[in-house]
Amino acid sequence: MNKLELQKAANEVRKGIVTAVHGAKAGHPGGSLSAADIFTYLYFEEMNIDPKDPKKADRDRFVLSKGHTAPGLYSVLANRGYFPVADLPTLRHLGSYLQGHPCMQETPGVDMSSGSLGQGISAAVGMALAAKMDNKSYRTYTLLGDGEIQEGQVWEASMFAGHRKLDNLVVIVDNNGLQIDGKIDDVCSPYPIDKKFEAFNFHVINIDGNDFDQIDAAFKEAKATKGMPTAIIAKTVKGKGVSFMENNAGWHGKAPNDEEYATAMADLEKIGRELGGAN
Amino acid sequence: MADVKKVATRESYGNALAECGAEFPDLVVLDADLAGATKTGVFKKAFPDRHIDCGIAECNMTGIAAGLSTCGKIPFISSFAMFAAGRNFEQVRNSIGYPHLNVKIGATHAGITVGEDGATHQCNEDIALMRTIPGMTVIVPSDDVEAKAAVRAAIEMTGPVYLRFGRAAVPVINDRPDYKFEIGKGVLLREGKDVTIIASGITVASALDAAEMLAKDGIDAEVINIHTIKPLDEELVLASAKKTGKVVTAEEHTVIGGLGSAVCDCLSEKHPTPVLRIGMQDRFGESGTANELVEKYGLDGKGIYEKVKGFVK
Repeated sequence: MNKLELQKAANEVRKGIVTAVHGAKAGHPGGSLSAADIFTYLYFEEMNIDPKDPKKADRDRFVLSKGHTAPGLYSVLANRGYFPVADLPTLRHLGSYLQGHPCMQETPGVDMSSGSLGQGISAAVGMALAAKMDNKSYRTYTLLGDGEIQEGQVWEASMFAGHRKLDNLVVIVDNNGLQIDGKIDDVCSPYPIDKKFEAFNFHVINIDGNDFDQIDAAFKEAKATKGMPTAIIAKTVKGKGVSFMENNAGWHGKAPNDEEYATAMADLEKIGRELGGAN
Repeated sequence: MADVKKVATRESYGNALAECGAEFPDLVVLDADLAGATKTGVFKKAFPDRHIDCGIAECNMTGIAAGLSTCGKIPFISSFAMFAAGRNFEQVRNSIGYPHLNVKIGATHAGITVGEDGATHQCNEDIALMRTIPGMTVIVPSDDVEAKAAVRAAIEMTGPVYLRFGRAAVPVINDRPDYKFEIGKGVLLREGKDVTIIASGITVASALDAAEMLAKDGIDAEVINIHTIKPLDEELVLASAKKTGKVVTAEEHTVIGGLGSAVCDCLSEKHPTPVLRIGMQDRFGESGTANELVEKYGLDGKGIYEKVKGFVK
């Protein structure tokens, strides 16, 4: 996909996020929207996957370590063809296969159940290790929140990945700067994030995580990096694309009401028109 | 039982893994800097490429095992019960239990027979913790023969299994040609009509000793080995309770949430029966030799004998 196509796809993913969270009357739009470009790049460009065969043995793996942004994952999976986009509003409803946090037994395309912060990265490390042990070429990607890296287990996993030189692993940190209680550097600063991963023997790439040129270059650089895992520190805007949600910690875990939903969708429709229609 | 052969079940664990290694190429063993103590070092020596030392980071080890299992491996994670079940509880629940992954937890150094290290390392709560996780199988082998059989059975079944092993050498009591291990099937070791003693782990041998002492006093005790705490062999427990009308449970674990509780859960709903629970009585352990502690906390033959005698009077 070229940049414009990716931008259009990401805009559709954002519409799906807002629609899912509105349908759920709960959920986490802010961190889903900030990472929408990364979700889109991974599933539409980077990863070797087949929506018709979600469990294909040699597929690339993705673990959403920041599992609360399930709306982002579900929306990209739906838009990529794993299940109907029309099902997104069933998010968090009783009986829905779209659980509040990712459940690998319920949802096609979900490679690991997650949601308890700090745990997903360990599972991703296990997948990367399995590929190494079996001499398989599949790669593993995991997305973490910048608040999430306050969890100690993230650094246990990073120490192991660096030690084992897992160059088939890419850790992406969605650095939107906000967590539930406020700014990450007010709550308990994880900065400098890049230097921490460097110290754990990662190849580190700092990018604007809402810019597809930089995202594309970073993942190509990660693939070319041998002998060490890669950490992509993606500076993003929380709530990206929806004017009243941008850079607002209050939209970490809150659903829009009907009026707010209409405004949010109008914002995204406008972006879509500026990009030249919905694909 | 002075001249009976004794083996610590942690030794059995390491040996069983090594014995199964060639037959099950997907079997991998993870450790957290305790391979010497958990005895997985035996497996490491035989299959160095399939032994993964994660360093002192049990929670990460658990997540790595989860990831490995999604890629077709059969991982065993090894640590002391305190860390494998205690520190790790939420990782086991969310990264293994919730997705029902095929990860086995080999927890060694369970209970007070850890001995000299004292209360910080004596996990008397692990069965209670693991038993509450939906879909978790919980096995507490009583000796070398059973521990090895349990490891093999855990490999052969799909799904998460918690296996509890001890540090101290315990008598080999199941070394007989007709011994058969089946997950979820208790073993009737001695028939009796006056009282049922249900034991698991190290207290199985103690219960057999106690039954001999009781016999001399004219008390005919039935002894059941419940090696699988979950799923519990309710049929066997109920049949024996109906026969004797009195049940004693004995375990190297707190009486809150372990074997005693599992038996009470079953009996109180299906056939209310007076029960006496022998075990750690809502307290921490302490330093001492394994034998001293077993004696002090009444988990040896004499301790069980005395309590049962008082109960049946």
